Amino acid sequence: MADPITKDPTSYLSHLELGEPDKTFLDSNELIINMGPQHPATHGVLRVILKLDGEKVLGTECVIGYLHRGVEKIAENRTYTMFNPYVDRMDYVAAVSNGLGYCEAVEKLLNVQAPPRANYIRVILTELNRIASHQLWLGTHALDIGAMTPLFYTFRDREEILKIFEKYCGARLTTHAFRIGGCQYETYEGFEADVKKFLDFFPPKIDEYEELLTTNRIWVERTVGVGKISAADCKALGVTGPVLRASGVKWDIRKALPYANYSEFDFEIPTGQNGDTYDRYMVRMQEMRQALRIIRQAVERIPEGPIMAKVPKVMKPPVGEVYHSIEAPKGELGYFIVSDGSTQPYRVRVRPPSFVNLQALDIMVRGALVADVIAVIGTLDIVLGEVDR
Amino acid sequence: MLDYITSYLGMNTTPGQAGNIFWATVYILVVFGGVSVAVMAMNWLERKALAHFQIRLGPMRVGPHGLLQPIADAIKLFTKEDIIPAEADKFVFWIAPLIILCASFTVYIVVPFGPTHAITDLNIGILFMLGVSSLSVLGVVMAGWASNSHYPLIGSLRSSAQMISYEVAMGMAVVSAILMTSLNKTGTGTLSMIGIVQAQQEQQVWFLFKFFPLGLIAFIIFAIAMVAETNRAPFDLPEAESELTAGFHTEYSGLRWSLFMLGEYAAMIAVSSIAVTLWLGGWMRPFPNTLSGETWDLVFSLVPGLSFLGLALIAFIGVARMPKHAYFRIQTIGLAGFGAVLGLIGLALFAPPVRDRIQDIFWFVAKVAVFMYLYIWYRATFPRYRFDQLMKVGWKVLLPVAIGVLILTAIVGVIF
Amino acid sequence: MTPVATPFFFYLLSGLTLVSGVLVITRKNAVHSALALIFGLLAQAGLYLMLYAPFVAGVQIILYAGGIMVLFLFVIMLVNLERSQKEAQFNKQWLVGLLAAGALGGLFVAVYMRGQGLFPEHAPLPLEGSNTQQVGVLLYGQYMFAFEIASLLLLVAIIGAVVMAKKRI
Repeated sequence: MADPITKDPTSYLSHLELGEPDKTFLDSNELIINMGPQHPATHGVLRVILKLDGEKVLGTECVIGYLHRGVEKIAENRTYTMFNPYVDRMDYVAAVSNGLGYCEAVEKLLNVQAPPRANYIRVILTELNRIASHQLWLGTHALDIGAMTPLFYTFRDREEILKIFEKYCGARLTTHAFRIGGCQYETYEGFEADVKKFLDFFPPKIDEYEELLTTNRIWVERTVGVGKISAADCKALGVTGPVLRASGVKWDIRKALPYANYSEFDFEIPTGQNGDTYDRYMVRMQEMRQALRIIRQAVERIPEGPIMAKVPKVMKPPVGEVYHSIEAPKGELGYFIVSDGSTQPYRVRVRPPSFVNLQALDIMVRGALVADVIAVIGTLDIVLGEVDR
Repeated sequence: MLDYITSYLGMNTTPGQAGNIFWATVYILVVFGGVSVAVMAMNWLERKALAHFQIRLGPMRVGPHGLLQPIADAIKLFTKEDIIPAEADKFVFWIAPLIILCASFTVYIVVPFGPTHAITDLNIGILFMLGVSSLSVLGVVMAGWASNSHYPLIGSLRSSAQMISYEVAMGMAVVSAILMTSLNKTGTGTLSMIGIVQAQQEQQVWFLFKFFPLGLIAFIIFAIAMVAETNRAPFDLPEAESELTAGFHTEYSGLRWSLFMLGEYAAMIAVSSIAVTLWLGGWMRPFPNTLSGETWDLVFSLVPGLSFLGLALIAFIGVARMPKHAYFRIQTIGLAGFGAVLGLIGLALFAPPVRDRIQDIFWFVAKVAVFMYLYIWYRATFPRYRFDQLMKVGWKVLLPVAIGVLILTAIVGVIF
Repeated sequence: MTPVATPFFFYLLSGLTLVSGVLVITRKNAVHSALALIFGLLAQAGLYLMLYAPFVAGVQIILYAGGIMVLFLFVIMLVNLERSQKEAQFNKQWLVGLLAAGALGGLFVAVYMRGQGLFPEHAPLPLEGSNTQQVGVLLYGQYMFAFEIASLLLLVAIIGAVVMAKKRI
């Protein structure tokens, strides 16, 4: 645990005010426990150092970086089109959203508009991906709290979405679905039929998940009042996404700063009141239903037309910078791209929602019990690929 | 020799009470062997049922539909390396699983499979069962301590705290059932297991339905407490994998771990037997008072044979659905053989002499099997309670309700 | 029901109790002592059974072996006892201790020899089946007051323990 440069053994934990390190577990009241990078419940390689008093959490420290792959540095040595597949690998659960954000950011830089048909396809695939991401969240979160079965149900239903992705672009998870300027692939024969079949297939499944969990008294006791965060704290930390909305703030970038053609669709922003784990659960369940609503409107109105705008083969955006953010399933995903006029960007900085949301972990678990830490990590819906990049 | 056997079959007490050492030994071997087989069957059923709840198939390869999976698991566990932690106390480490195993198996001495089908009938039967099953707490505490690592220690302390908390509520619920045994004509209650079922027979009602809803509430309290007592979901925080501590049996590997599992399943079957005896009428057939009479007796006596024939039918349907490929030939033959054995047992159960004797044992085992299925169902459906919520449920919810039911049962019993 | 092999079981159970007692005081490891004590208590339950008191035997198992000894084990395991294991087994006062133990033993033997007439040769065997009922009738009838006082004492102890430990929760 020593800082590699200064060799100070307690530098990582300085703010936790460590006492004598030789005291045994049975002698002292306070205990430092390491939920190491390998843990069944930390959703990736996240290391959380907990300072406990018996069972109560006094403080936490997250150590990240176990999945750092230097994506932003790699971007400086790739052309804009070559960087597109790397973006999927950050939040690998919601790869389509990542691609959408990046393509739209570069389109802003190039001052190019994607054609309407491309926008419709983008919205449909992004909302399908939102549902898939929330389903994975639900399965793993329920598994952490102890309910084994919803995991299998959500993964089975997620298969339908992944089949659509596979038929569309050949990949299930890291889809690389969009290109700068629009979409590369035309929708396949039967795309609308498949999506409509999914729209009929899925609502009873959400009801099935809710039946298992929403009124289950054990679930309610494990999640109500656990991991509370107030709206003011959320805003101070920059927390976005369902976490912010569950604290009562009605902020969704799809409504506030619309991108693609979200302003043409009619949908609601679900919010919660208390900002606890149960509200975040309800918000995400409602978001899945709203996503279905958007897809239904989109799939009925897909216009004909080109799917790709006129984009130069060798992309040299003018000198400048752009920040473009979208509402990814986990929160505000932002891309800050600085171009120096060459084919490769000067700097690509990704604002991952999970990275910023993870800061809220400390506030949420102060005073809670150890079992709640695992529930809260699950409810923040973090993906380490995004946190570490 | 044959006369000896047939003369025994006409006896009207348990062999323990009669002081018959030979038959007592035979019964002991049969019961303990039966429990071991039941534990293995429970292992298989858990994996298959849990898998089907989760829309997957479970073990399918080792034997047809995974029927030989428990044997494969047992062989694997026996041949694993026996790891003992470096600083562990070897004697205590060795004896802890043995204590749990012995405590869980000793209670089967008094479990009543029929009016004369028990190893013995202690006149403190239920007290003995509760007391000896509470000895397994010692094994849990020692297992955690002997592992010399603070995660198992935390897990074992939590697990034992949970077990002793729910024993109190269990005891209260049991006492209210015992109160009901004293309401028969002679006016004296009894603690003996066979006596409790005989009291239900005399009063012609399962204690579940007596003084409705008091019997039902007492039963529900016991049903919840027994799940917590055996550390099963939703009360399995001390041995859950996604929690911080992996439980008191972390450091145990191979054969020792299998002893823990054996003890846990045996304890599950034992407390289910208590529940069945006290509230569900033990070996009595369903509806003893509303559907009484010769014809109904006959109808119900056909149920064992029919149920085995039903199982054989399911096995043969499985045979018909097996893929017709050379690789599956052995499995198909095995499953067909298994179905044939079940069918033969079913046919044998139709013969009148067997039919009359097997009634009690069958109904008792069927009721316990329902409880086993419920255990698996709970594990598949419910999330886990946090530890402080678990203790709160035990002390602040179950115990006051149990005491209330006890007082009300006593009052109602005196009045009526 | 006629008893089977009474002398054998008596000597076996009392021998086990004696051996457990010796192990309790001679083991260095406190957990081993507690285990030996559990074993001795279980053997004593067997002795109660031989005296036709099954209820007392059952209660001995539940309360003593299953309750009080668990409490002992909790305390032993939560307190760091390594220091005591390094202490010497016999201290300097072993001669005085031996004399005192010998005197006590001589007193017991003297009482037994002198008082043999007090114990009847063949005590009437109580009905085994009614031990629970008799204990219940006595406890809740004749000795009701003492029973209530004992339960009040236990209640005070529980409340005291909770109050003392409460700060650390």
